[in-house]
Amino acid sequence: MTRLTGGLIDRSQSLSFTFDGTRYTGHPGDTLASALLANGVRLVGRSFKYHRPRGIVAAGSEEPNAMVTLREGARAEPNTRATMAELFDGLSARSQNHVGPLSFDMLAVNDLLSPFFAAGFYYKTFMWPRAFWEKLYEPAIRRAAGLGALSEQADPDAYDRGFLHCDLLIIGAGAAGLTAALTAGRAGARVVLADEDFRLGGRLMAESDLLDHAPATQWIASVEAELRALPNVRILPRTTVFGAYDHGIYGAVERVADHLPTPGTLVRQTLWRITAKRAVLAAGATERHIPFADNDRPGVMLAGAMRAYANRWATAPGTKGPVAIFTNNDDGHRTAVDLMAKGVPIAAVIDARARSEAQGDYRVIAGGMVTGTRGRLGLRSIAVQHSGGSESLSVGALGVSGGWNPNVHLASHHRGRPVWDEARLAFLPGQGGPGGLIAAGACAGQGSTVDALADGHRAAVQALADLGLTAPALALPHAHPRAENTAPIWHVPGKRRAWVDFQNDVTVKDIALAHQENMRPVEHLKRWTTLGMATDQGKTANVTALAVMAELTGKSIPQTGTTIFRPPYTGVSLGVLGGGDTGTNFRPRRLTPTHTWAKAQGAVFVEVGPWMRAQYFVRPGETYWRQSVDREVLAVRSGVGLCDVTTLGKIDVQGADAGLFLDRVYANAMASLKVGMVRYGLMLREDGTLYDDGTCARLAEDHYVVTTTTANAGPVYAQMEFARQCLWPDLDVQLISTTDAWAQIAVAGPKARALLERVVDGFDLSNEAFPFMACAPLTVCGGTRARLFRISFSGELAYELAVPARYGNALMARLMELGADLGATPYGTEALGVMRIEKGHAAGAELTGQTTAQMLGLGKMVSKKKDAIGAVMSRRGGLGDDSRRLVGLVPLDASHTVTPGAHLFTAGAHPSMDSDQGWVTSAAYSPHVGSSIGLAFLERGDERMGEVITAANPLQGQSVAVKVVSAHFVDPEGGRLRA
Amino acid sequence: MLIPHPLLGLRDAQEFTYLGDASLIDRPEGSDEAALADYVYLRDNPAGLHRELWFHEQGDRSWLVVTRNTLTHEIVSAELARDVALARKEGVA
Repeated sequence: MTRLTGGLIDRSQSLSFTFDGTRYTGHPGDTLASALLANGVRLVGRSFKYHRPRGIVAAGSEEPNAMVTLREGARAEPNTRATMAELFDGLSARSQNHVGPLSFDMLAVNDLLSPFFAAGFYYKTFMWPRAFWEKLYEPAIRRAAGLGALSEQADPDAYDRGFLHCDLLIIGAGAAGLTAALTAGRAGARVVLADEDFRLGGRLMAESDLLDHAPATQWIASVEAELRALPNVRILPRTTVFGAYDHGIYGAVERVADHLPTPGTLVRQTLWRITAKRAVLAAGATERHIPFADNDRPGVMLAGAMRAYANRWATAPGTKGPVAIFTNNDDGHRTAVDLMAKGVPIAAVIDARARSEAQGDYRVIAGGMVTGTRGRLGLRSIAVQHSGGSESLSVGALGVSGGWNPNVHLASHHRGRPVWDEARLAFLPGQGGPGGLIAAGACAGQGSTVDALADGHRAAVQALADLGLTAPALALPHAHPRAENTAPIWHVPGKRRAWVDFQNDVTVKDIALAHQENMRPVEHLKRWTTLGMATDQGKTANVTALAVMAELTGKSIPQTGTTIFRPPYTGVSLGVLGGGDTGTNFRPRRLTPTHTWAKAQGAVFVEVGPWMRAQYFVRPGETYWRQSVDREVLAVRSGVGLCDVTTLGKIDVQGADAGLFLDRVYANAMASLKVGMVRYGLMLREDGTLYDDGTCARLAEDHYVVTTTTANAGPVYAQMEFARQCLWPDLDVQLISTTDAWAQIAVAGPKARALLERVVDGFDLSNEAFPFMACAPLTVCGGTRARLFRISFSGELAYELAVPARYGNALMARLMELGADLGATPYGTEALGVMRIEKGHAAGAELTGQTTAQMLGLGKMVSKKKDAIGAVMSRRGGLGDDSRRLVGLVPLDASHTVTPGAHLFTAGAHPSMDSDQGWVTSAAYSPHVGSSIGLAFLERGDERMGEVITAANPLQGQSVAVKVVSAHFVDPEGGRLRA
Repeated sequence: MLIPHPLLGLRDAQEFTYLGDASLIDRPEGSDEAALADYVYLRDNPAGLHRELWFHEQGDRSWLVVTRNTLTHEIVSAELARDVALARKEGVA
């Protein structure tokens, strides 16, 4: 391993890691990329389309080439940039996208076939025959072109989500970000300072320039110490602010544990939602390269990255020969000077500008161009053309500097349009963009250290002034002024392929082809060539591509277009976006008050919306669900059963106008209901279709309690609040949802009264005192507050008893205990469903949003004497004329099954859309009838009792002869209810 | 998005559910089917300022009339829908 002097690595510790199975060592402070370079590894992967050998190009998050699969097993993470992976002991990484060893990729044949693989090739070639695309072409192309593969195992790590609020969010902790943070922190503003790097300092760490005549790290350390001591400043290293959203909300991912072998007790990553009154974008700049023939060979890097590897990571870029620099600006010379200071030999600085002077003791080739490279798996020599002719230079590495692109990404979210600055040859943040976002430093075109330090301070002062805060004066450290003097030289003309976008293998030729095919607008160019559409979003490619297209069209760069970026700034894992909302944590689960009791009784639970409800209770010896359900149904019909019905929505309605209000939200009359009585209620949507049903109990003149279906508890409440606040705000009425406040237990069956008599405190349950549809407040079990409703869903003598939710579990246990000799049996939703079908009661399967009151045979319930939501529209032609009616169905052959969803046809008719007569809404096996039964909507169903029709289920090839009967299979006269 | 609730200050839009055009407040009285059909089915879809109903479902359960620019998502104002509805009724009376 070869290391230069200095650098921000801890040489006292060694870290062992593997790349493609070979063991190497690095130090704390290294990234995988810096450690690989320090170990002389240049070849790190194969390119996307042509499988060309590729090496590390950059030193930051813009890296297009060095994509590796990090870690093993379930934690294997493909497409990780080696430049962003912090080295830890035991790290293992693998290269991607090759068949066979990395050094001899079988698919490199694609490179020889490159004339066929130019832009648009797939669009044109694989058009025909059409059927081949899905089966043959696409799978083959996908195998050949690509990135890493997923582990296809469950993610073993935890993720979290958090919320932060601040006065000022500072994105980037380089020179500008640090002076901004210091300014705002000292002013007392609440500051969040986020940086994607694991150390603060940004580009300052990559430079050799002094600050206040001392290494910049000293100034960074003093600023960091002061910021950490300020209680109003929060520093988030390893945190990428990836997007700007509405009203000052920013998305950020903190890589909490990605630098550790395993997260241990930590979450792996946290998704932060940061609400900031103002933000300073100090995201720096990304160096661009200059395309020339075969410029993608391992060993060709960005010159600024080379400088960063030397200064920060003490890594020499080339061990196989001297280093050359190809530049069109002064910054390239700076790399040469820094490398020489570290003892790295410089072959030459090839400066594309006609006038150029050496900044040190090295050869300058002014007006020169690099026209080609050699070296199968890594750079060996470059061809240079200059005024004196051409020559070949033996080099181990080549640094390329084509000027710097400000990182305008976040400023171009929210339709912010970057503007071209001809003096700087760069796009700068323009008008529009996220409100309250101020760009500062290199990303605002103020890239020199002197300018960036001052600009960060300026931006913070501006933001603080907006917030009404005064910024104290800040003494900026002394820095060396520098200029870039970039010349508009965008690529080296030539016949061979010169790469613009390394990650998606797009060359200058491809752009020329796009021009030739008239794909000239930037958005067409992008889609035709896939330029900038790789995971790096073309950070090192887009502006150069635009310049090449401008040259081809003879227009200026701003006339050609601009390049805007969408979130995310860098890739965000789906795992962290989920933020831990997986499996049972996907959404909250609501448990009924009797849940623990039911669990102990062997209940099998079913999800009903957010609720977990007991579906049926398995008794010893029962091996099939129907055994349990049939037993429960029969127990209710012959004795007494208990069911937790808490999940039905309950809304408490109070006020002098409560009755009038309910008259308007229910289709039937409610104001006329007597105190102490309950009425079934139908609620319509304003378009006239059925919305929901439930019961409405009047506890006092000005006090009702209404119920909704379980599924609609939330929506009906919201709708009633809408009616109260928006439609009839002049009514004296108040609403509150009490679904969670009261536990409600259905006590059903001929022995229900006998059981209830054992818990009520001296309350007269006789038929005369408490008839069918009565309700009353009372106490039970020696003083517990309760409400009793004599209502029935099962068709039996039945009550619903409500107690404060905390007593629900105890009440259920007490009823079971006291009812043991009566055969008290708990029943679940399955038995509940069977009994309501036997009784012909509508539920969710009948109230689909496409059915009407008439269809249920309840058309007369829609009062014509008053205005109510949906009443007028329910009478319009299309709905009023619908002749389908709710009927019951039994199979002619009792061994046959009625299937929900089956469609109905006149016996003998050919089943088609035209001959369709209706459909089966609900079906169940009825222990009472002794066969399968169904509920259905049938054309003129009320006139067709006794007719035999066909229920067809073509999906499963079923066709069953069924007889039309009344929907009331049990006790059609209602005698049991009133017993 | 942040919604400036008139009673509770800036609240995250995730606490709210969205209904749509605030013209739903102007429910036609009486039994004019055509007027109700317009009310139920017809909405403007403006590019620009839009008055719309939001329900603070995970908050104080008030309905708000929020004026939002559909082009920029800028929220110009938020009022209690009840106040808006009462003002309309007084205007009609």
